[in-house]
Amino acid sequence: MKKSMKKLLSLGLAIAMAASLTACGSGKASEGTTAAGTDTKGEAQTTDAGGASGEGTFKIGGIGPISGSTAIYGQAVKNGAELAVEEINANGGINGTKIEFNFQDDENDTEKSVNAYNTLKDWGMQMLVGTVTSAPCIAVGAESTNDNMFQLTPSGSAVDCTKFENQFRVCFSDPNQGAASAQYIGENKLATKVAVIYDSSDVYSSGIHDKFISEAANQGIEITADEAFTADNNTNFSVQLQKAQDSGAELVFLPIYYSQAALILAQAKQMGYEPAFFGCDGLDGILTVENFDTALAENLMLLTPFAADAQDELTQKFVASFKEKYGETPNQFAADAYDAVYAVKAAAEKAGITADMDASAICDKLKTAMTEISINGLTGENMKWNADGEPDKAPKAIKIVNGAYTAM
Amino acid sequence: MMSFISYFINGLSLGSVYAIIALGYTMVYGIAKMLNFAHGDVIMIGGYVVFTVVSTMGLGPVAGILLAVILCTVLGVVIEGVAYRPLRMASPLAVLITAIGVSYLLQNIALLVFGSNPKSFTSVVTIPALKLAEGKLTISGETIVTIISCVVIMIGLTTFIKKTRAGQAMLAVSEDKGAAQLMGINVDGTIALTFAIGSALAAIAGALLCSAYPTLTPYTGSMPGIKAFVAAVFGGIGSIPGALIGGLLLGVIENLSKAYISSQLSDAIVFAVLIVVLLVKPTGILGKKINEKV
Amino acid sequence: MEKSTAKKFHIDKTLRSNLITYSIVLAAFIIVQILISAGQISSLMKGLLVPLCIYSIMAISLNLTVGILGELSLGHAGFMCVGAFASSIFSISMMESIPNTGIRFFLAILVGAASAAAAGVVVGIPVLRLRGDYLAIVTLAFGEIIKNVVNVIYLGKDSAGFHFSMKNSMALNMAKDGTVILNGAQGITGTPKNSTFVIGVILTLITLLIVLNLINSRSGRAIMSVRDNRIAAESIGINITKYKLMAFTISASLAGVAGVLYSHNLSSLTATQKNFGYNQSIMILVFVVLGGIGNMRGSMIAAVLLTLLPELLRGLNAYRMLIYAIILIVMMIFNWSPKLIDFRKRYFHKNMAKKERV
Repeated sequence: MKKSMKKLLSLGLAIAMAASLTACGSGKASEGTTAAGTDTKGEAQTTDAGGASGEGTFKIGGIGPISGSTAIYGQAVKNGAELAVEEINANGGINGTKIEFNFQDDENDTEKSVNAYNTLKDWGMQMLVGTVTSAPCIAVGAESTNDNMFQLTPSGSAVDCTKFENQFRVCFSDPNQGAASAQYIGENKLATKVAVIYDSSDVYSSGIHDKFISEAANQGIEITADEAFTADNNTNFSVQLQKAQDSGAELVFLPIYYSQAALILAQAKQMGYEPAFFGCDGLDGILTVENFDTALAENLMLLTPFAADAQDELTQKFVASFKEKYGETPNQFAADAYDAVYAVKAAAEKAGITADMDASAICDKLKTAMTEISINGLTGENMKWNADGEPDKAPKAIKIVNGAYTAM
Repeated sequence: MMSFISYFINGLSLGSVYAIIALGYTMVYGIAKMLNFAHGDVIMIGGYVVFTVVSTMGLGPVAGILLAVILCTVLGVVIEGVAYRPLRMASPLAVLITAIGVSYLLQNIALLVFGSNPKSFTSVVTIPALKLAEGKLTISGETIVTIISCVVIMIGLTTFIKKTRAGQAMLAVSEDKGAAQLMGINVDGTIALTFAIGSALAAIAGALLCSAYPTLTPYTGSMPGIKAFVAAVFGGIGSIPGALIGGLLLGVIENLSKAYISSQLSDAIVFAVLIVVLLVKPTGILGKKINEKV
Repeated sequence: MEKSTAKKFHIDKTLRSNLITYSIVLAAFIIVQILISAGQISSLMKGLLVPLCIYSIMAISLNLTVGILGELSLGHAGFMCVGAFASSIFSISMMESIPNTGIRFFLAILVGAASAAAAGVVVGIPVLRLRGDYLAIVTLAFGEIIKNVVNVIYLGKDSAGFHFSMKNSMALNMAKDGTVILNGAQGITGTPKNSTFVIGVILTLITLLIVLNLINSRSGRAIMSVRDNRIAAESIGINITKYKLMAFTISASLAGVAGVLYSHNLSSLTATQKNFGYNQSIMILVFVVLGGIGNMRGSMIAAVLLTLLPELLRGLNAYRMLIYAIILIVMMIFNWSPKLIDFRKRYFHKNMAKKERV
């Protein structure tokens, strides 16, 4: 009894400690809403509505991993979306109504993601831009459908991410990319012998991989090596590359993210293997890896809707202000998020929603409005959406020449 | 055949990195009887120090490694003093959980300081790759350096423990803390020294790990840390030659099973082999037999 | 007269302690229900209710292995994984055959518990021959193997029955009407959301009932005797393997039940490091150690607190997990440091002494 008393006592102390910490926490969060968001590191969660906070603002929520091993993607989306929100607010908001944006961490975990969603609901979210990664997006989708909350994911690419009619996405779906890649390689006769290295523990990567393999047969492409790796074993690619080399593949298809691709390129160089490399939108960002030797990525081809070096005015303006604010070059995730916020704005203006409407009423209006709008975004011109939530835009094939993107 | 040799050598290279990390695990376990789960994260910190010195400040790799060794040694001693020493007499489980807390702490500090974006690590190795059999077989400079440094470190450590007073004190503490104290050995000091050596090794392992697989994130150390822990158990935890054998075996098995069985299941196969080994030899390959006392 | 009533109302110490544990759960349940009906509870808290039950069950079941059996297990999340996937597959494939949600979910719980128990036996037989840290590392290895294998299994169903493959979804060779249930690393989507707080609390109570009764039974005492002195237990004729395996299997099947709750609470189920890997196993172990090894009530409370903590720290943003780590270290030192324990004893001694005199 004595012992359990002691335990209870210390647990009680822990509660007190946690409670006091939370008190500090909420204090800080509210500080974030009132103080002008001047910090660049992203400590302040709520982007300031430029003095118009409080009454009559649209509350847009965001969810994604900003801690944990997938934090790069969530951080990029958070930054891209916040930039868009600031621009919109500076230009008078949506039909004169300012936006408040609140981004919550989900650590790329389905359960944490639902927690983040509920946190945002408590905050009074009216529209959701998220989630960043696929598996959490599907889990949150089940909740958002129940609540009839409008959801636009910047980068949730699995098919089921737009399963329900309240869900839309900005990026391409995985099968779409897999098929497009195989068709591109086949039609342009880039190679007939192709090796694939993919992340079998990742939804995005295995989704593209599966479709690519089945489409490759139709395109007369022979898959000479089909090699996987997992999230727990994603630094040593010597075996996969060796097998690709031994199989005589002329081209290695990499439906993976750039952090691993950078390693694969470096290791291929180490072992003196120089095939052509081809990837999808996940490879975008490879040139921005700090200290990366861009010569390694020379002649790398990728299908991506966004290139930070594109010459159009919109991209250049976006890249410049992103660099100024966060000190790094934006990748495709940031661009998707930026477009997502502008898509919400366009749809909101079309539907004529007002800040005093509740989330469900907004969702009903936006669902129809989304299929009627067309926006010129960073990731595509004249982007349109169908009722299934899929965007209609064309991927661009891009090749890295002299350390810079060039259209093919 | 050529590709088999290549798989094997790459496995040895991977295994030597595991072995160096495992040495740190095994020393700490042998002396403090605790599983230091934060060891992998000290490796990551070492990697970041080298990265900052070499790529950001533009100094040479030698300066980078030296500074990393110094900082990691200090870090190791501080962690031991602040987080583990108060729990010296408590249940080993309590220390284990504290070590996990330290591991989270280091990861999140790195996340805040260096950000989530992966850094591309410039190799600290400048030796050119060795080309054998008319260029069919390439052994990278990193592989050569990793294997050599692993052997050197192991020999150095064994000599240190056998020949020096401090080393003998370590042996004594690992045998019986109480008796060692009675013989006038400074137990706290010896344990701190062990952590210092383990962390210095972690810094070197960090530099080599990141050179061979040139990427750096706040989570770089965690999986190699776990693998090295497995390697240490594999070879018999507490045994220094055991850590070397365990590490090398683990690396080779991992690479060969990736090559010939399944690249997705290679981790599962490594763990399965571990289970089989432990069932046959319950204390690992070179582990001491536990005498049962009634 | 006075004496006999005293005797009548005398409840023995363990029973009283157990009753307190049950009533804490019930009281928490009632308070939450009142708050819900009064509309005083946030969506976040509402969403956290089922996970709190899940982690309580996990903590209690792991405490059976760690505290009562005395073996360190680092692969407990693996059993949760087995229960989650088995029950999800069951629920999805029986969606049409058993339209009644209640019956289907009840059966799903049984399927989850049974499959996790089976995994427990398979893992337990080799593992329990080992001891100490070697046992710990082997459980970690099994947990990782389970997670890795689940990630390469493809399972589909069409009019001809089930199709199974370990290569990819195309290799299932299904007819046109077929649906892929388990799609490798992409996991299972569309598990019906059947877990509710009421069911969660009932399952937590059942878990407590099973574990607490086991501890106070003949078998429980045999298990603890194995923990305290294996050789002595063996010499008085206790079948060590049988009791070890029994505790381990019960612990595994309860983890499977938690897995069922988990998979039926989220519509997408994937096996990652975060939810079914060693990270999760270690988190559960943190609950157990922080709450008190062998102390079911403590581990339950620790599970609730530590699950709430990161959510309550959301306001701290980027510093959230950093603060969490610091709190964890400080709590561990506060709770376990021999010096601090002495200090606390001295400090609270006066109060304790007073109470005892009364």
